[in-house]
Amino acid sequence: MDDTLPTTLIVNGERVTRNVAARQHLSDFLRDELGLTGSHTACEHGVCGACTVRVDGAIVRGCLMLAVQANGRKVDTIEGLSDSGEIADLQEAFHRRNALQCGFCTPGMLMAAQDLLTSQPEATREEVREHLSGNLCRCTGYQAIVDAVEDVLGSRRRGRK
Amino acid sequence: MKAPSFSYARPGSLSGVFELLERHGDRARVLAGGQSLLASLNLRLSAPELLVDIACVPGLTGITVAGDKVRIGALTTHRQIERSPEVARHLPLLAQAVRNVACAAIRNVGTFGGSIALADPAAEYPACAVALDATFVLAGRAAERRVRAREFFRGLYETALRPGELLIAGEFPVSGDGYRSVFLELARRRGDYAMVGIAAHARTAGGRISDARLAFLAVSGTPVLAVRAAAALEGRPPDARTVAAAQAALGDELEAPADLYASRATKLHLARVLLGRALGALAR
Repeated sequence: MDDTLPTTLIVNGERVTRNVAARQHLSDFLRDELGLTGSHTACEHGVCGACTVRVDGAIVRGCLMLAVQANGRKVDTIEGLSDSGEIADLQEAFHRRNALQCGFCTPGMLMAAQDLLTSQPEATREEVREHLSGNLCRCTGYQAIVDAVEDVLGSRRRGRK
Repeated sequence: MKAPSFSYARPGSLSGVFELLERHGDRARVLAGGQSLLASLNLRLSAPELLVDIACVPGLTGITVAGDKVRIGALTTHRQIERSPEVARHLPLLAQAVRNVACAAIRNVGTFGGSIALADPAAEYPACAVALDATFVLAGRAAERRVRAREFFRGLYETALRPGELLIAGEFPVSGDGYRSVFLELARRRGDYAMVGIAAHARTAGGRISDARLAFLAVSGTPVLAVRAAAALEGRPPDARTVAAAQAALGDELEAPADLYASRATKLHLARVLLGRALGALAR
């Protein structure tokens, strides 16, 4: 029998409380309980990065965190970042640069890229590659993704001046 | 895959942890960051009855310098180590090593203590701890004890931790004057498990290498301190002949068993290449 625990999270700014099975990871909780299917689950052992979300402002693997571990914490998903307009320029750059084909990895890529854009606004191309190394894409060959992130690094730098 | 069913507890004190570990014995597993444990649960390589989440136990996080020691709390994340000015200043070996740990999202959550207690043969911190002669602080219900890293790693995923004990910190001697450190590893993809790695720390004053501690990872069930290679370097400048002698010595002391991807000969070759690069970097 599954042990359930009352769990409260702030997801994309909204407080949600559910009884959660201890074994349920955060990605399944977001997808199955809240219908937030933008975070994808693929490898479910921390290799592919498709499940990347933000917990208390830091990117994490949704498949390597139990929902009960996130109790009391603030979770942001791709739906939140997209709806708030936080990554509108990044999404536009991905579109313009053809940085996605099937789109499966894209939510995780956008989460990881936005993390870099905010934490290392002066990042080099090499640092972009390093930061995205935990996110696998099986379509693009990565060049276009790195191009798109570099574009936004440049445009946000110019925007600040 | 999905994890099997288990119960979950989040005690708020060390005594609460010990009580649960005592009651559930080896049917309980300690959960720190969970970046290896949850993967192994999802892969159903492990099926504990209870996870004891230590995230809410106070006093297990942080990096402090006291005298000639740097203490790293078990719940300190890779990210905190990566960003720590104390680590950069006093433990340059660890500062270099952490950049090889998985990727940003995993470094945000995974912990120092989790990596040490799991004792994965390809992990970075165990080799650093062996090279730097660190000591681990192990707490039990009755007492606390200290075990040197060089005696802590006993075999494949096997450590000196006794049932009911919790690793609460590591204590590293600060890097001495005239010493330099180099950490290098080879992995098939960035952030992937190392095929071979080296944690090297040595005195490099006056263009000569002395007191070299060369700990290799991913060449055996535990980190391996290459003492014969170090002896071949002692008191010498790292010129081509000395480097070659040290590289040759590795053949006698690294087991380097073949794995899915590389034969013993390949692994030994890679270890020699890394040793050469490390000595080049130490001498620079």
